[in-house]
Amino acid sequence: MDLVTPDMGLLFWTGLVFIILMLLLTKFAWKPILGAVNAREQKITEALELAEKTKEEMKVLQAQNENLLKEARAERDSMIKDAKETASKMVNDAKDTAKEEGAKMIASAKSVINAEKSAAISELKNTVAAFSLEIAEKVVREDLSSDAKQKALAEKLVEDINLN
Amino acid sequence: MGIKSIYRSLLAIVAIASFSFSVFASDEHAEVSHEESSHVEGAHDEEPFNVNEMIMHHISDAHQWHLWGGAHTGVSIYLPIILLDDGLKVFSSSHFYHGEERTAKDHVTGKETHYFAGTGPAEGYALLHEKIYKLTDSGLDVDGDIHFESGHAHNAKPLDFSITRNVVALFTSFVVILLVFFSTAKFYKKNGAVAPKGIAKFMEPLVVFVRDDIAKANIGEKKYKKYVPYLLTIFFFIYISNMIGLIPIIGANLTGNITFTFFLAVCTLLVTVFSGNKNYWKHIFATPGVPIALLPIMIPIEVVGILTKPFALMVRLFANMTAGHIIILALVSIIFINENAAWGALSVPMALFISVLELLVAFLQAYLFAMLSALFIGAAVEEAHH
Repeated sequence: MDLVTPDMGLLFWTGLVFIILMLLLTKFAWKPILGAVNAREQKITEALELAEKTKEEMKVLQAQNENLLKEARAERDSMIKDAKETASKMVNDAKDTAKEEGAKMIASAKSVINAEKSAAISELKNTVAAFSLEIAEKVVREDLSSDAKQKALAEKLVEDINLN
Repeated sequence: MGIKSIYRSLLAIVAIASFSFSVFASDEHAEVSHEESSHVEGAHDEEPFNVNEMIMHHISDAHQWHLWGGAHTGVSIYLPIILLDDGLKVFSSSHFYHGEERTAKDHVTGKETHYFAGTGPAEGYALLHEKIYKLTDSGLDVDGDIHFESGHAHNAKPLDFSITRNVVALFTSFVVILLVFFSTAKFYKKNGAVAPKGIAKFMEPLVVFVRDDIAKANIGEKKYKKYVPYLLTIFFFIYISNMIGLIPIIGANLTGNITFTFFLAVCTLLVTVFSGNKNYWKHIFATPGVPIALLPIMIPIEVVGILTKPFALMVRLFANMTAGHIIILALVSIIFINENAAWGALSVPMALFISVLELLVAFLQAYLFAMLSALFIGAAVEEAHH
């Protein structure tokens, strides 16, 4: 029976010890321990969330990068194309201009040549005419040096005229 | 493998080590009791070994810490006696144990019982079965002696606030718990919310276990926070007291004492009753779905139900811890009953098995007490869900 009869003295000490223990532990042990554990758990949760968020951000960034790359590539392609076009156009233009210029130069050269030619011809004609006159004069002078010769010439001229 | 297996083997080593001490101590104790009883009986040397007396002596509270040897020749630590009887009286229990040994005769059965009459400052008091009685009691026919009737002393008792063996065990667990958890708390104060190391690494899983698996699981996400300090305190108070109780020489059967479990059960009862919300009381005094005619029957049942829950808590812890101590002592007693050391071959392995089992029970009972307390609190704060 003694075994199952509560004892006042032990009850008093148990109560005293338990209440002091509970107060001390709550204030100086459970609060800091649970506080630290909770803080750490929160930290871990936050870190995990942040990691998840960062992952998503990275995904978005990657997609953006890809888009940028694509755009850049497209731009590059178009630029190359433009450049090619411009270059070919410039070459063509240059070619055309060169052709035109050439043609112009040829034309002007031709006209100069013609002019020179005609000038040369007319000069030649003049020179030839002058020479002819000189010769003719010389010939005439010689032929008219005697009457016989003048006569013969006259005859001959007459003959020529008749033939004509 | 890894940490788990290391932990397991460590546990096994601790268990075996503590057991070997336990047997050693129990052996001694048994011997002591044997000698003691023969000394007290005095008549003949070969007094048969009284198992019942030895076990009861071992699991009950005492005013001295008997270490080894006989009653007068052995070594004991005499604990202070504190009496509240016409003022505060404080003296050593040696005034009883080294006092005058007397015999009281039962007025009904005629059986004789030995008791100690105090000397010096203990004059006028008697120690019978570790209980203190007043000898100077004018209301009784035998003044200056114990009035013993049907196995009960009828003398008046002073208020006894003595530092008994269980009170010393209580103080020991108090100091151990404070040391353990203050140093744990110190770690967090010093290092902040980092991964635990040292003692914090060992205690944190237990603290988190109580918080998550006991408090949160049974009380609910919303309201558990308020009760965590209480549940943590009872869990570790019981667990560490249980473990200290298993240590030979230092240990006393504190958690197997009805007073201790009674106090904790009353705490849980008070916490439950004062946490009870409208829904809880409605379920007790106007259980939904029960016809009004049945309420006069239902209300007393429900009210008794409030009390039976903590009562079960009290008895469970008391019976489990006391039973563990009794089984180990009884198994060791086999040797002394047969007066043959060869019986140790049977008694030691069995006592070893029970000792290891007790390490599990120490944890299990602390867990159950805290878990059921949380469950009762959870039922008291539960919101209506229909």
